[in-house]
Formats: sequence, C-alpha cells, structure tokens
Amino acid sequence: MDDRVILKVGAKILIPFILLFALYVQFHGDYGPGGGFQAGVIFAAGIVLYALVFGLDRALRVMPFKVAYVCGALGVSIYLGVGFVAMAMGGEFLNYNALNADPAKGQHYGIIGIELGVLVTVFGVMLALFYAFAGRRRIDP
Amino acid sequence: MDWIGIVTVVLFVLLAVAGIAVIRTRNLFAAVMLAGIYSLVSAGLFVVMDAVDVAFTEAAVGAGISTVLLLGTLAIVGYKEAKPDHQPILPFFVVIVTGGILVYGTSDIPPFGEALNPAHQHEMVARYYLDKSYDDAHIPNVVTTVLGSYRGYDTMGETAVVFAAMVGVLLLLVKGPLPKRVHHHGRWIEVPPGTTRDEMVARLRAEADAEGGAPDREEDGDG
Repeated sequence: MDDRVILKVGAKILIPFILLFALYVQFHGDYGPGGGFQAGVIFAAGIVLYALVFGLDRALRVMPFKVAYVCGALGVSIYLGVGFVAMAMGGEFLNYNALNADPAKGQHYGIIGIELGVLVTVFGVMLALFYAFAGRRRIDP
Repeated sequence: MDWIGIVTVVLFVLLAVAGIAVIRTRNLFAAVMLAGIYSLVSAGLFVVMDAVDVAFTEAAVGAGISTVLLLGTLAIVGYKEAKPDHQPILPFFVVIVTGGILVYGTSDIPPFGEALNPAHQHEMVARYYLDKSYDDAHIPNVVTTVLGSYRGYDTMGETAVVFAAMVGVLLLLVKGPLPKRVHHHGRWIEVPPGTTRDEMVARLRAEADAEGGAPDREEDGDG
C-alpha cells in the first residue's frame, strides 16, 4: 500500500492547473504581469513537482533530460531567429516593425516570438538545473 | 500611517526575522526553508511597491525553484552544519561596514514613488515609453513592450545568460570529472584521475560480478 496517497492525488490534481497557469502567464503577459520568464519557471515547476512526488525516474520518462537541455538552446535560437527574420524582411536586427506592413502589428508578432524564445529557454534551463542537482547521486551501478 | 505603510513595516520585520534566523540556525533544512520564506516575503514587498512582475519572478524562482535546488543539494551533503572552529569576527566587521555604507548610500536616493523623480522625468525614456508604447505596439502592458521591444537586446542578453548558466552547471555536475572517491555499497572507493564515469561504472560492475553479487541496476538518471 502506497503511504503517500494524499500527496500523490493532490499533485495529480494540481499539476495540470500549474501547467495551464504557466500558459496563461505566457499569453496574458501582453495585458497583465508576467511573460516568458515567469511562465517558463512555472512550467518547469510543474514538472519539478511531478519529479518530487513520483520520483526522478518517472519524471525523466515524461520529460527526458535531453528535452530539457535542447529546449535551453532552442529558446535562444528562437529569439535570435526573430531578430534575423526582421533583418531578412528589411529591418535592423530585432526591429520588429519590419515583420508586418503595419509596424504596430509587426511589434506585436515580434514580442510574441521572443517571449516564446524566453519561455522555452527558461523552462529548459530550470528543468536541466533541477535534473543536474537531483540526479547527482553517488555512483551505484 | 496608512495601511500600505503598516504592511511594509510588517513585511520588513518578517524579512529581518527570517534573515537573522537563517544565520543563527545550524539545521540546514530549516535554513533552506527560511530562505524560501525570505524570498516569499520579499515578493510581498515587491507587490506593495507595485513591481508585480518582479514579485512574480521572486516568488517563482526564489521561493520555488531555488528552494528545491538547495534541498537537492542537502540530500547529498547532509542536513547539519558543522560548528565553526573560530569566531567569525572579521567577516562580521566587514558585513557591518558594508551594510553601513549601503544604508548611508540610500540617503541620496530620491523618495520612493515620487512623480518628480529624475527617473520618471526623462523625456526619451520613461515619458516616451508611457506615452507612446501603446501606439507603437498595441500592447497594454508597458513592461512587456519595454522588455521585448525597446530593450530587446537586453532581454536577448539575459536569455543568453540563462542559457550560459545551464551550460556551466551541466559541465560541472553532469559531464564533469568524477570526484576523487565515490561511495559504493557502503564503502568509499578511490577513483584514479582521468577515469570516465562509464569506465568507473564498468569497473564496479565487473567487481560485483566477480564477487557473485546480485545483478545490478543502472541508477544514472541522465542520458
């Protein structure tokens, strides 16, 4: 008999809402407090909670270590990519006015793009740091 | 004193209590938890100061992720702090002097939240952002426009710094050199310098096979 039923059931109920809240923070960042950084941390915290309650091995099956550190690099690439797309469309690096015929719309697209990059990097880095610390056990083959 | 003043004073007192308790306790688990409380109280202070974005980050990173990372470290190093063998008089003196200088420095800072402060009067920065950011990007939250667009280079640098932090930690903790000795089945084993993790695992496994031990399981988490 599992002796941590309340903890596990409670975490199972909470985790979807944590992940959903992270997405809310991401996409509501245009109107209220929040943005990519906070959303990334909250999304990672959801996975970290899963790892704390259900164990590192199961968390690594849900979100492998490789996904974490690839995300860490991918987000920076997305950010730089938005900058280069703006260059390709005739503006300066990271000048989002060039992304659309209407400069204000271009700004909006650009900000959504770079916020996505920040989200992906922060999520990946936070999770990779957690895995690095939690997985640092004594060698026990 | 209005209610915001009262809340500020209460939060600052809590902050001081948590800070002193972190220094005094020898139980590292309690210290980590108190540090988490310290972060949460700071987040409350940021909310009182209308810096909700900062408060958000402080609560999520300071009280959340950092606490978990520190607990993960404690699981490796143990929960008790050894008693120091000397009285830390000199560090205490340095801390008092530094703190005194910082408090003295605040006497030059303009009053908090004053509309006529220089930072709020700059024609091309604060006033421009507040007046024009909606026309420029159609985003109501000025903070988002400043971080993402006006200061896009800054935020790119910050994202790169976060990435660099990950690279550093992974180099140190995951693919770095093995410690000089490892703990294995209740005994410490010396690791010759230059041995890779895989070689060490193979060696220990071969020894276990030679002793006729039970089939062993790979416990290594990362790929």
